[in-house]
Order: sequence, then structure tokens, then C-alpha cells
Amino acid sequence: MTAPPRLTLGHRPRLQPFWDVRAACNFIGGGTGTGLIMVAAGAALVGGPWWPAALVGFACVAFGLGMVFLEIGRPWRAINVFFHPQTSWMTRESVLAMPLFGLGAAALGAGLVLGADSGVAIAALVLAALIAAGFLYCQANILRAVRGVPAWREPALRPAMLATGLAEGAGLFLVVGALASPTPPAWSLWLALLAVAARGAAWSRYHRTLHRAGAPEASLRVLDRMAPWVLGLGHGLPAVLLAMALALPPTMGSAAPSVMAGVAGLLIAAAGWTAKLLLMTRAAATRGFTVPHTPVRGRGTSRPSPAPPGWGL
Amino acid sequence: MTRYVMVADLRRCVGCQTCTAACKHANATVPGVQWRRVLDMEVGQYPDVQRLFVPTGCQHCQAPACVEVCPSTATRKRPDGVVVIDYDICIGCDYCALSCPYDARYKVDEPTWAFGDQPTAPEAARFDKSKLGVTQKCTFCVDRIDSGLARGLTPGVDPEATPACVNACISGAMTFGDLDDPDSAVSRLLRENRHFRMNEDAGTGPSFFYLWDKEAGP
Repeated sequence: MTAPPRLTLGHRPRLQPFWDVRAACNFIGGGTGTGLIMVAAGAALVGGPWWPAALVGFACVAFGLGMVFLEIGRPWRAINVFFHPQTSWMTRESVLAMPLFGLGAAALGAGLVLGADSGVAIAALVLAALIAAGFLYCQANILRAVRGVPAWREPALRPAMLATGLAEGAGLFLVVGALASPTPPAWSLWLALLAVAARGAAWSRYHRTLHRAGAPEASLRVLDRMAPWVLGLGHGLPAVLLAMALALPPTMGSAAPSVMAGVAGLLIAAAGWTAKLLLMTRAAATRGFTVPHTPVRGRGTSRPSPAPPGWGL
Repeated sequence: MTRYVMVADLRRCVGCQTCTAACKHANATVPGVQWRRVLDMEVGQYPDVQRLFVPTGCQHCQAPACVEVCPSTATRKRPDGVVVIDYDICIGCDYCALSCPYDARYKVDEPTWAFGDQPTAPEAARFDKSKLGVTQKCTFCVDRIDSGLARGLTPGVDPEATPACVNACISGAMTFGDLDDPDSAVSRLLRENRHFRMNEDAGTGPSFFYLWDKEAGP
């Protein structure tokens, strides 16, 4: 039996060398922050405590954008990022950051001065949450627009990134709540449970679709290795902890539900951060080069190229 | 209209890298940066092995992914199809470099020299700090095209108006010209030969064509 022809030299996918952990931090901070702002707005609407969570949320987004500032080659020209809203999701993300922080400052300031239950503060926060949703959508599309990295180009990544931001926000809301109060509100536990289920489903779908559609083996290897850990520790275990926290009867003075919720929240958020970090710094293989035909030279024959080299199909 | 394209005849390319060297000389790119490079590929199993050399670089796509994602409009496509970068606007975010399906873009953050910490005299003379911290790539030697056109020359015909890699090619494997001119060398080559474009599934419409066989006769 003849071994299949193979292509070897110089054109296999390689790990993208451009975006490192600093760029990943933009997606980590941006996703977590916007998710947290949205959950904090929900908390404000149901009359729950929202101020600390909102503060952390805005700080996370600012952290992410600050890391981008450190990553770009010409940071003092960063203003130029606003020049191309017609087609660039990066510009759109940056444009949304302006009203996001403006409304954030208004909400936090009004909450501090007028009280957390003031209508002005809550209205500003709800508006900020809407902008935050747009910001998160832009982030998901920034990756989707990258044609050079098949693992990011896969359309199923977009819902996975959206679900991840929401889950990280819901998770961190539990952490902030655990620090502030011994009794987490039941709705926040249910929300985290739903968010973690949605994220698990979205990432599993992304993983399956990427395998089905074909992608560089280097990307698939990282995602295959990551999947059981992220799904187990970042979804299964927190789900169990959340279910226990919901099932526990309220006991005066017991911090157990709060601790369980806090740990679950931290695991949920950490799983999202890990997944994004690995996706951006380890699973981001380029396309490589595919030549469909070899040239016809002396022997007068050509052979078609096999499947793209270094791809898992 | 004009649409400049590159045609590489894979039957002729011998992988000598003269185009790579000519590009480095013409554009003063630093070590590690190759606007024009030649991929070395091997197909098959011993003893039935074929080796091929594939010149590549920026493909000056019809629908360039880099232009679409660029947040600063530093990367733009000229009416003649050449994709260029304005180094004074680029913020060096690398979004374009990631979006390129052809690995054609580079970024250099620090001055880099061929021999140690100090530049050689030619390196010092041609050092361009506007290229630090920004994305860079093949320009189809756009300065040669523009100055040639200003002098009434024809890119792809007159060497002074033609990319350095094409002028330097020892085997005549590379041809440059206007695809919208039916009488240009590139139009004729594409009519007379079977050709493909790499990574076409990326959907960017590259302007780099590879010849692999003559067109079947009538």
C-alpha cells in the first residue's frame, strides 16, 4: 500500500506571535467586567446591592484596556483607534468604551452621593449595562474577524465568548457578594447556575464544531487538553457548589452558603479566564499554506495536494 | 482601471532566494523580516518526491482582511489594488497581522541589526525609525511603481517601475503587471497557463497567482 503523499516544509500552521497575555487580558478584563456590570444592573433593578460589584466591573474593563495600551507598538497614538468604525470591531469596541466609562462614573458617583437606591444611579447603571453588552459583542466579533487564525474564525466562538463574559460576571458577582454579605441572594445563585450551563453548552458546541469544520492540529490539541479541566473544574464543580448553596436551609449566622457561592463564583470566573488565555496564547495557530497542485515539470506530471498540512479534519 | 498583480511560475522557481535578498536590499528590512520570502516544500515519499518553491508575501488582496479590521485606517487599498500601510497612523495593534491569512505582516519593536548591537554603515544610513512599533509588509515596491509612472514608465515592463523581486529573479519565474490590461504579460500568462491562488478559502481574493501547468490546447 502506498503511503499518502505529504507536504512538509515551511508551511504548516504556526502559533501566532503577535498577541500575548496582555492582549488576552483585554478579553479577560473586558468579558468579566462587562458581565459584572450587567449582573450589577440586574441587582440594582431588583433592589439588591450593586455598587461594589459595579465598581469591580468597571475596574476590570479598565484593566483590560490598560493592558492593550501596554501591548500596542505605538501607545501614544492610541487615539487613532477611533478612525475606522465602518468595519473594524476594534474601533467599535473602543468607541463604546467612552460612554461605558462615562455612564459608569455617573452611576458610581450618583450611587455614592445620592445613595445606591437613587433613580439616577440605577438608570445610569442600566444604560451602562446596555453599552457593556455592546462592548462584549464587539469583543466576540474582534476574534471572529481574524481570518488568519482558524480557531478564532469559527462562528461558534462568538456565542461562547458572549456566554463566557456573562458567566464570568455572574461568578465574580458571587465573589463580591460573598465578601459583602453572608447570605447570597437566591437569584444570583440561579443566575450563575444558568450562566455556567450556557457557557458549558456554548464551549462544547464550539469545540465540536471546530473539530467538524477542521482546524490546525496545534489548536485542536490545546483545546482537547483544556476541555475536561475547564468543563470539570469550571462548570461541574461550581454547579454542585451552587446547588448545595441553594439547597442549604438558611441558618442564622452560618457563612456556609456564602462561602460555597464565593468559591463557585471564583471557579466559574477562573475557568473563563483560563479558557481565553489558552485560546489566545496557545491555541491560536495560523492557517499555514496550502498548495493545491504541484507544478508540472520534467516528468510532465502534477499531483494534487493532500489536505492542508498540519490540519486536523 | 488598473489592478497590479504578481504571477509566480512554480515550474521556473528554483528557490534561490534572490528575490528575498533583492527585497531586503530594496526595502532595507531588518533581520527576521522578509517581505518577500520563498516557501520550500517537499511532497511525496521517497523515492517519489517532488520539491517546490513558492514565493509569497503580501498578496495585495481584492478584499483585504487587514483593511477591514484595521482600527486606525493605516492600512488601505489604493485604486490600483496595492495595499499599503501609513506608518504615521498605525498604532501597532497587530490586528491586521493576525487577520492576514498569508502570514505576510511583521512588527519590529526595537532596532535590530545584522551583526551584534551596532548597525553597519549601510544599516545606519537606511534605518527608518517610523517602522518601529508598527506593522510592515510588502508594498509591491510602491515607491518604484509611483516614481516610474511619474516618468511615463510601465510597471512590469520597465525595470525602474517594477518591484525589486521581479527584477532580480534569475529564472524569470516572477512577473508583475496590470491584470486589467489584456495585453500585459500577467494577463497573457494567466490566459496561457493553469494557475491557482493560495488559501483561497479565506475569501480575500489574493492578487498573487501561481502557474503550475500550461493551458490545455484546443
